[in-house]
Amino acid sequence: MGAIWFWIVAVMLATYVVLDGFDIGVGILYLFLARNDQERSVMIRSIGPVWDGNEVWLLAGGGTLYFAFPLLYASAFSGFYLPLMIVLWLLIGRGIGIELRAQVDNHVWRRFFDGLFSLSSALLAIFLGAALANVIRGVPIGPDSYFFLPLWTNWRVGPNPGILDWYTVIGGVVALVALTVHGGLYLALKAPGELEARARRFSQRAWIALCAVTLISLPATMLVRHSTLDRYTLHPIAFAIPVAVVLSLAAVRLFSVRRQDLRAFLSSCLYLVAMLVGAATGLYPTLLPSSSNSAADITIAKALSGRYATHVGLIWWSFGTLLAIGYFTLSYGMMRGKVAAHADSHGH
Amino acid sequence: MNVLLLHRIHFAFTVTYHYLFPQLTMGLALLIVALKTVALTRNDARYDQAARFWARIFGINFVLGVVTGIPMEFQFGTNWSEFARRTGGVIGQPLAMEGVFSFFLESTFLGLFLFGEKKLSRWAHWGAAFMVFLGSWISGFFIIVTDAWMQHPVAYRLTPTGTFELTSFWGLLMNPWAWLQYAHNMCGAVVTAAFVMSAVGAFYLLDNRSRQFAEIFLRVGVIAGILSCAIQIFPTGDMQGRYTAQNQPAAMAGMEALFHTEKGAPIVLLGQPDFDQQRIDNPIAANDVLSFLIYGTTSAEVKGLDQFPRDQWPTALPLLYYSYHIMAGLGTYFVALMAVAAFLLWRGALFHTRWVLWPLLLSFPLPYIANTAGWMTAEIGRQPWVVYGLMRTADGYSTHVSAGNSLFTLLGFLGMYALLSVLWIVLVYRMIETGPEAAAPHSTAEPTPA
Repeated sequence: MGAIWFWIVAVMLATYVVLDGFDIGVGILYLFLARNDQERSVMIRSIGPVWDGNEVWLLAGGGTLYFAFPLLYASAFSGFYLPLMIVLWLLIGRGIGIELRAQVDNHVWRRFFDGLFSLSSALLAIFLGAALANVIRGVPIGPDSYFFLPLWTNWRVGPNPGILDWYTVIGGVVALVALTVHGGLYLALKAPGELEARARRFSQRAWIALCAVTLISLPATMLVRHSTLDRYTLHPIAFAIPVAVVLSLAAVRLFSVRRQDLRAFLSSCLYLVAMLVGAATGLYPTLLPSSSNSAADITIAKALSGRYATHVGLIWWSFGTLLAIGYFTLSYGMMRGKVAAHADSHGH
Repeated sequence: MNVLLLHRIHFAFTVTYHYLFPQLTMGLALLIVALKTVALTRNDARYDQAARFWARIFGINFVLGVVTGIPMEFQFGTNWSEFARRTGGVIGQPLAMEGVFSFFLESTFLGLFLFGEKKLSRWAHWGAAFMVFLGSWISGFFIIVTDAWMQHPVAYRLTPTGTFELTSFWGLLMNPWAWLQYAHNMCGAVVTAAFVMSAVGAFYLLDNRSRQFAEIFLRVGVIAGILSCAIQIFPTGDMQGRYTAQNQPAAMAGMEALFHTEKGAPIVLLGQPDFDQQRIDNPIAANDVLSFLIYGTTSAEVKGLDQFPRDQWPTALPLLYYSYHIMAGLGTYFVALMAVAAFLLWRGALFHTRWVLWPLLLSFPLPYIANTAGWMTAEIGRQPWVVYGLMRTADGYSTHVSAGNSLFTLLGFLGMYALLSVLWIVLVYRMIETGPEAAAPHSTAEPTPA
């Protein structure tokens, strides 16, 4: 039962990264890819009807994590207090940026919310990447299963780490570049004309950076956490995951050059999933490793909710998720195809 | 500063601010469905237009509700980790269900409702509005189930490690406290929406414009208003009060500032409790009424605070007393005002009776105050427990998050929410000022280029 809930939470969070990832990516690109207000409007409209639903995967994933692993939720959320609060503020900034910019037809008003939206998108990507890197690196969990991390200490991976050190900064940069490429590929798929070509060109250039940071992140992970390799050597089939990372990266390039934008975008989805599944495989069956003493690791066995709750949860979770998949099919189906170049006028 | 107090203020402030938005959107969702239904059944385009206007106001409030709601889910873990760790086995259930069953539904159909009017048939668009209503009311239900478990724990088992485990799924969802509180709370949300809609109608009439829409708003607002205000007191408020008196007698004694156990206990309408002298100054009271309200007989004995050890008294007694009295006092005023307005509406005189339009306009902030005061009554009355009778609030907070960090983020939220308040007032006022005639159906997130 613990394994099932581990992978349910992992899949929900991976879905969040893939879906909200492209609208965060569009947000990162927003300020420097669009040349005028009309192109900015296209970019906003390409994500307008779906970004909120995409973000729900974070909330539903977080709620499910709380339900399935209360100890992990309590320990990690209080221990990562400051970065989580910053993530909350960024989510607020992004949400009001995208929704309120069009409320007032005034240049200054729009530029303010444009900047808010784009900046909070970029910082959000960095913080999400750094958060994941913190989980992989481990945290100084005390005997009571709690910890508290300051934002930074000496920027070293050591017994007294901060949220930000050289390793988690790499994680943040990987996320920033990966979501930028992801958003660019999505935009190439959805935007018309000039913007489409520019988005495609940009993604192809940023792809080189993505290859570089991905290559750096792998040995860095081995360095800060040797045990990740153990899981892989224990189950050699898991080496399919890094292979999938490399292949999907290659496919992004291949399809994008051929202007097969849907396939390029889906390859990027696969890349993100493979990276996250790779991280989850490296952790399993630990949920949050201790940086000093592996006996203090928060494991599935320690954190799992009661037997009855997890069984009954499986029933409603399956039912609710099927419904959610139905909603998403409906809403993405209604907005398939390119975004119109101009917001249509109604003449009233 | 006391770290426990800071964490309490942190949650209290963010949740109180958050609830300014859902109380309107949950009520408004129902009224928008009502407008869309009339538009369909009478084939009246004015009601579609009215629904469009309110959908825009709904949209702003919904966004603010979403962005201020996310911190609530996080704060169980960030600021209340011991509470989260021990109770997650039970209340993790409804909180996760809210995400899975409500948020996906709401976000999908809100998009279709706001941006899909031109793509959807009229019935399908009505359906989208209905699904938004359903989603927001399901969301409310799961939050109330969570709170009701804290107020009145059921269907749990205490494990040797001090954590709570769920023993019955339906027992949790069918908690009687949850259903009473849900009825009272959702009805309160309709009160807010009805007052806001009536106020906008009254504003247009007093300003002598948008007459046809003003009359629609007043008609729907006043009918919804008189119904919800009446139901809010009887039966929902009445039942909730009795249930509280039976299950949380200390909270009830605190709400009424009943220091001494009495037969034929009075109800204090006005007066300032002096908690040191244990008496009420300048009381205006009605004898025997409290006993009657709780037990149906004037001679019944009502437990006073003297029946409970000092360490089980609600911790913020004066605030509890005033919250309850403000809620009840305003609730009474709402019924009176809406009864007059409904009578005049029935007689066909409301739209030109200025002495009623003025109070309808000016009263729109009051349901916000009453709803807030009601929640304060429930949550302050629950103290000193975070899980009533089982776990103290003082044992629930994150001991590893220092006062300095808690204050840092509290100040951050204060600043950010101050900015949100300004945006909210400016944008909603602009929409009302622009008027319902301008609300075109839109198929995009952008307004029409000028």
